[in-house]
Amino acid sequence: MSVADQAPRFASPADQRMWSERIPAPWWILGLILLLLPIVANNFWLFQIMGWTFILGMIGLSLMFLAGYGGMVSLLQMSIAGLAGYMVAILGPSGAANVSLGLSWWIVLPAAFLIAALFATMCGALAVRTDGIYTIMITLAIAAAFFYFTRQNYSIFNGYSGFNLVLPPKLFGVNWRDPLPFYYLTLACAALCYGAVVYLARSPFGLALQGVRDNPRRMAALGFNVTAHRVAAYALASVFASTGGILLVWQNAQIAPGTIGISSAIDVLVVAVVGGMRRPLGPFIGAFIYVLLQVFSTDILGFFGFSADRFKLIIGIGFLAIVLFSPDGVLGLWDRWRARMAARKAVATGGGA
Amino acid sequence: MDNFIKRYPLWSLIFFLLAAAFLCLVLAPWPPELVAVWGRKQIFLNALLGGITLGALYFLVAAGFTLIFGLMRVVNLAHGSLFLIGGYVGYEVATASGSWLLAFPTVFIVVGLLGLLMQFFIFSKMEGEELRQTLVSIGLSIVFADLMLWWWGGQSYSILAPQFLQGPMELPLVSNINDATGVVTWLRYPAVRVWILVAAIVIGIAMWLVLNRTALGMLIRAGVDDREMLAASGVRIHLVFLAVFGFGAGLAGIAGIIGATFQSLSPGEDTRFLLASLVVVIVGGMGSIVGAALGALIIGVAEQMGFVYAPTYSIVLTFLIMAAVLAFRPQGLLGTRR
Repeated sequence: MSVADQAPRFASPADQRMWSERIPAPWWILGLILLLLPIVANNFWLFQIMGWTFILGMIGLSLMFLAGYGGMVSLLQMSIAGLAGYMVAILGPSGAANVSLGLSWWIVLPAAFLIAALFATMCGALAVRTDGIYTIMITLAIAAAFFYFTRQNYSIFNGYSGFNLVLPPKLFGVNWRDPLPFYYLTLACAALCYGAVVYLARSPFGLALQGVRDNPRRMAALGFNVTAHRVAAYALASVFASTGGILLVWQNAQIAPGTIGISSAIDVLVVAVVGGMRRPLGPFIGAFIYVLLQVFSTDILGFFGFSADRFKLIIGIGFLAIVLFSPDGVLGLWDRWRARMAARKAVATGGGA
Repeated sequence: MDNFIKRYPLWSLIFFLLAAAFLCLVLAPWPPELVAVWGRKQIFLNALLGGITLGALYFLVAAGFTLIFGLMRVVNLAHGSLFLIGGYVGYEVATASGSWLLAFPTVFIVVGLLGLLMQFFIFSKMEGEELRQTLVSIGLSIVFADLMLWWWGGQSYSILAPQFLQGPMELPLVSNINDATGVVTWLRYPAVRVWILVAAIVIGIAMWLVLNRTALGMLIRAGVDDREMLAASGVRIHLVFLAVFGFGAGLAGIAGIIGATFQSLSPGEDTRFLLASLVVVIVGGMGSIVGAALGALIIGVAEQMGFVYAPTYSIVLTFLIMAAVLAFRPQGLLGTRR
C-alpha cells in the first residue's frame, strides 16, 4: 500500500499570520473561479458537468479518505452513497407512492445520514476483520450483494425500477434542482467535505489513522485501538459518501439499482485513482476528467472513427495507463513535473535553493 | 475424527443428528405433514441438486482464483472476464466445428495463453505491489468487458449440449411414492448437469492429487507457504507462477463453456461469476483447493435454496453466510492465518 505518504504540513507555532493569508494564492484563484463560474457557463455545464463532478468527487473523496489516510481501499462507498440516496427516496416523497413514506425533509435527511453511517459501520467492522488486499475483495462482495438485493427486493427498495420523481425540498422558496442553485449547493457541499477531510487529516484522529495505516502493530503497542480507528474511519467516510449520494438522487430525480451497480462502484475507484489518492483534491480532479470523458465521449470517439459506445474502453485504457505508469494519479504526474522543473531551475541558477 | 468425538461429544451428537435428518430428507419419501409445510419433495431435491451442480461450476471458477491468489498474492479481478471469454470462444468453436467436446481443449489453451500473457507482461512486472496488481486487473476487466461487448454484442448466447448428454436421466432418489398403487417415482434430472458435476469432482480430485502427490504440486504448496524461501532454494519460481496462472485461467475458461451450457452468456455474467468466486474463496479460505470446494458447495446450495424458498432474500442468505464466516473465522473455513 503506497497510497499516501505525505505528512500534513503544519503551521508552525511561529506562523502568526491570519488564516486567510496562510491559504496559498492558487486556492483563492480556484475558489474565485468556481464562485464566479455561473457568469460564463451555461446551464448544461453548471448542472450536468460541474454538478456531477462535485457529486462524484465527494463519493471519491470518501474513498480517498479511507484509502489515503487509512490504507483501506473500499469499493463500498458507492453502495453507501446509494443507500443514503435510497433512504431519501424511501422515507421522503417519490413517484412510487406505495413504497415511499413521504416524511418531511428534516426527518428524512438526518435519518438517511444515520442509516448510511450505521450500514457503513457494520460493513466496516466486517471488512476490518482482515486487512490489506482482502479489504478490496470483501467490500466488492458486499457492494455486489447490496446491488443484487436492491434489484430483487420490491417491498423496501422497489426492485428493478427503483424510485423516480425524488425531488429536493423547496427550502427558502428555492427550487434546488434549478441549475444555478444546484451548482452552488453541490459546490458548497463539496467545499465542506473537502474542508472536513483536510481538517480531519490534521486532527489527532487523522494522525492516529495515518499511524495505523503505516504501522498497525506499533500503534497498537502505543495503546491505540487499531480496529476502532479503522471502523470509525468507515463511519466518518460514510458522511461524505452520503452527501454525494443524496445530491446524486436529487440531480437525477431518480434512483435505481443500476445507480449502485458494480461498474459504478468501480467508477468511484477509477475516479479516485486517476485523480490521485494522496490528497483530497485528487478525487475531484479525477471526477472532472471522468465526467468530461463521459459527456464528450461521442465527440472524442467520433474524432477517432469509433462509435460512441466505446466510452468504457477509453476509461479502461486510461485507467490502465494511469495505474501502469503513474500509480499516484494525475496529481502525481503534476508533482513530478514540478519537481523536474524545480530541479532544472536549480541547475540553471547554479544550484542552491 | 475419534479425537473430535472425544473432545466435543455434544457437538458430535448434534452433527450426527443433523446429518441423519438430512439423509432422511433426501432418501426417504416425505410424509404429508412435511409436504404441507415445505412443499413437494421434488422441489426440495431439485433445489438441492441444482445447488450442488451450481457449486460445481463455482468451484471450477474459484479454484483458479484461489490458486493464483494463494501462490502469487494476485487478486485477479479479471477472473470473471476470463470466464466470459472462455464461454464466448467455446461458443464460437462449438458452433464452427459442431463439436462440444472440442471446445474444451481449445478454450483451455486459448484462455490459458491469455492468462500466461497477463502474468508475463503485466503482473510479473509489479510483483509484491498487491494493490497495484489488483487495480491493473480491474482495468483489464473493464477493457475486456467492453471489447467483448463490442465483438459479441449484448444478446445472450448459449451452447447446446451434445446429443448424448441431452434429456433427463433417472437418479436413485425417491421423488414420490403413490399411496394407492405403491409405484415409486424416481427423480429425473438433466443428464448434462449430472455429468458436469461428475467432471468437476474428477477435476477437483485430479487437482488435489497433483498438488499433494507430485513434484510440481510440492513446489506450488511450498510457494504458497513461503515464496521467498522457495525462490532462495534455487527453484525458478517464475515458471511455476506462469504455469499456475495459465492453468487457473484455462480452468476459468472451461468453466465459461460449462456456464454457457448450463445457463447462458451475456455481458454482466463476468461480474456475477467474479462475485461468486470472491464469496466462495472468502468463505472457503484463500489459497485452499479443498476450501474452494467446500465454499462453492455451501454458496451454490444456499443460492438455490434461497432462490426456491425465499426469492426476494436469496442474495441476503449468501451474504449472511459470508458475514458470519468473516465474523467468526476471518481467514475462511479452511484457510490458514498468515
